[in-house]
Amino acid sequence: MIRTGVGKDPLLRRPFSIHQTTSQGQIQIYFKVVGRGTEILAHVKKGENLSVFGPLGRGFRIAESAPACLVGGGLGIAPMLFLAKKISQIKKDCSQDLIILGGRTRSEVEPLMKDFEQLDIRIATATDDGSYGQRGFVTDVFTGHSLPVDCSVYCCGPEPMMAKISALSKERHFPCQVSVESVMACGMGACLGCSKPTKSGAYAHVCLDGPVFDAEDMVWNL
Amino acid sequence: MEFIKETNPIPDLRVKIGSLSLDNPVMTASGTFGYAREFERLMNLHRLGAIIVKGISLHPRHGNPPPRIVETACGMLNAIGLQNVGVERFIKDKMGFLGNLNVPIIVNILGDSLDEYREITERLGDSPAVAAIEVNISCPNVKKGGVAFGTDPAMAAAVTQAVKEKSPVPVIVKLSPNVTDIAAIARAVEDAGADAVSLINTLIGMAINLKTRRPELANVVGGLSGPAIKPVALRMVYQVARAVNIPVIGIGGIETAEDALEFMLAGATAVQIGTANFINPRASEEVVEGITEYVLQENLPSVRDLIGALRVD
Repeated sequence: MIRTGVGKDPLLRRPFSIHQTTSQGQIQIYFKVVGRGTEILAHVKKGENLSVFGPLGRGFRIAESAPACLVGGGLGIAPMLFLAKKISQIKKDCSQDLIILGGRTRSEVEPLMKDFEQLDIRIATATDDGSYGQRGFVTDVFTGHSLPVDCSVYCCGPEPMMAKISALSKERHFPCQVSVESVMACGMGACLGCSKPTKSGAYAHVCLDGPVFDAEDMVWNL
Repeated sequence: MEFIKETNPIPDLRVKIGSLSLDNPVMTASGTFGYAREFERLMNLHRLGAIIVKGISLHPRHGNPPPRIVETACGMLNAIGLQNVGVERFIKDKMGFLGNLNVPIIVNILGDSLDEYREITERLGDSPAVAAIEVNISCPNVKKGGVAFGTDPAMAAAVTQAVKEKSPVPVIVKLSPNVTDIAAIARAVEDAGADAVSLINTLIGMAINLKTRRPELANVVGGLSGPAIKPVALRMVYQVARAVNIPVIGIGGIETAEDALEFMLAGATAVQIGTANFINPRASEEVVEGITEYVLQENLPSVRDLIGALRVD
């Protein structure tokens, strides 16, 4: 959770995923300007102080012995780098792993590729307009690949995309984790603002119970 | 030899809410502090005057569908829908931790009917860790909820009386600002036996997304809180403090000690920190620190000297 300003407007912190970290203790976030908070954040200058509260919630649980398929769409690419780096550190063999990245157009995908390419994991890309990688959606790339039967799927992106990847994973009996997004005020389970419906009938809270959930627990409101 | 008067390093911040004595006038507002445990590792809970936990109903409530919150200018709207674990699980799962804290625990309660208010009060009455009960008669979020009680003096009095009959501890009635004459409601609950009133609950508001042409909240309307409502809250605390003889607890957009002290000048005996907890988990503790500093700086015998000390001539 990052406070983008110091005054009373914008008031609340904004939640972000971690894009990558450095051994010097730096945290990198990757975001899109969508409103006033992110607009202000985009103009923060080097040397300025920001109030940061975190890390919070539950992240991806890495299945160490299973082949991994990471699927990131649009801004959902952001947390995939941190995850991919962790996977390449933890797992001895990443030869069966696959990273699928996609966006609407070249500019949403290409600038992020450099960091991913430094890892020893296969990458497949897609854009809606075909300006970078395969033309189509990440879901098309996912179905087009013959993934190992014991594959674990890790996914982040727009909800329709996560719903599709969840369904496709279920068909193929792959365990699938999704990282979901929500507006939230506190990030620590006090406001109960970031509710998501789950199959149990109760609401889960993205800040504490997530942002990463087992896909099979989620109810998608598309 | 010069005689130097020793100043007490710990100033007198004590206040009384009915028979309940608090070490200082700072509490956490219901619904913004969870069941306190969420904040345990982020601040010193023992610095607080009292902790008010999330509103409890007789039965568990799942709350409203998302989106439940939206930020507005200098504030936020919420329509959480009074999600809570219900009184049984509250006593079983949450009371143990709270009871071990050396801070008065005030339990906020809500209900659909007088019987429900009575029953939940009875259940809490057996718990020695409950120092006081705060009655939500004003939550604007649940269609069937407390809104009818809080907007009518007779109904507000009826709820107060119902809870008072069953409660072995002081009863604080939390007032809704969504009324024409809040002082009349305050007088009604005072006459019905309330030991104190707290105000204001959130102001009912609305936000619209022009792009989707839909309300920002799934519930359409929600409660406005944060610095945006502070001037309204101050005005209402001022009005109510002049209308009743019981202690008034000020709530509404308090982020700093300065905000809190303004409420005390307007007539509040104590204050509650709400939305600020979301932005700065240490906000309530920092308000205590700021008030301590102010009382020392101003050389006041006690923080109580500030209550209602507003100069209006």
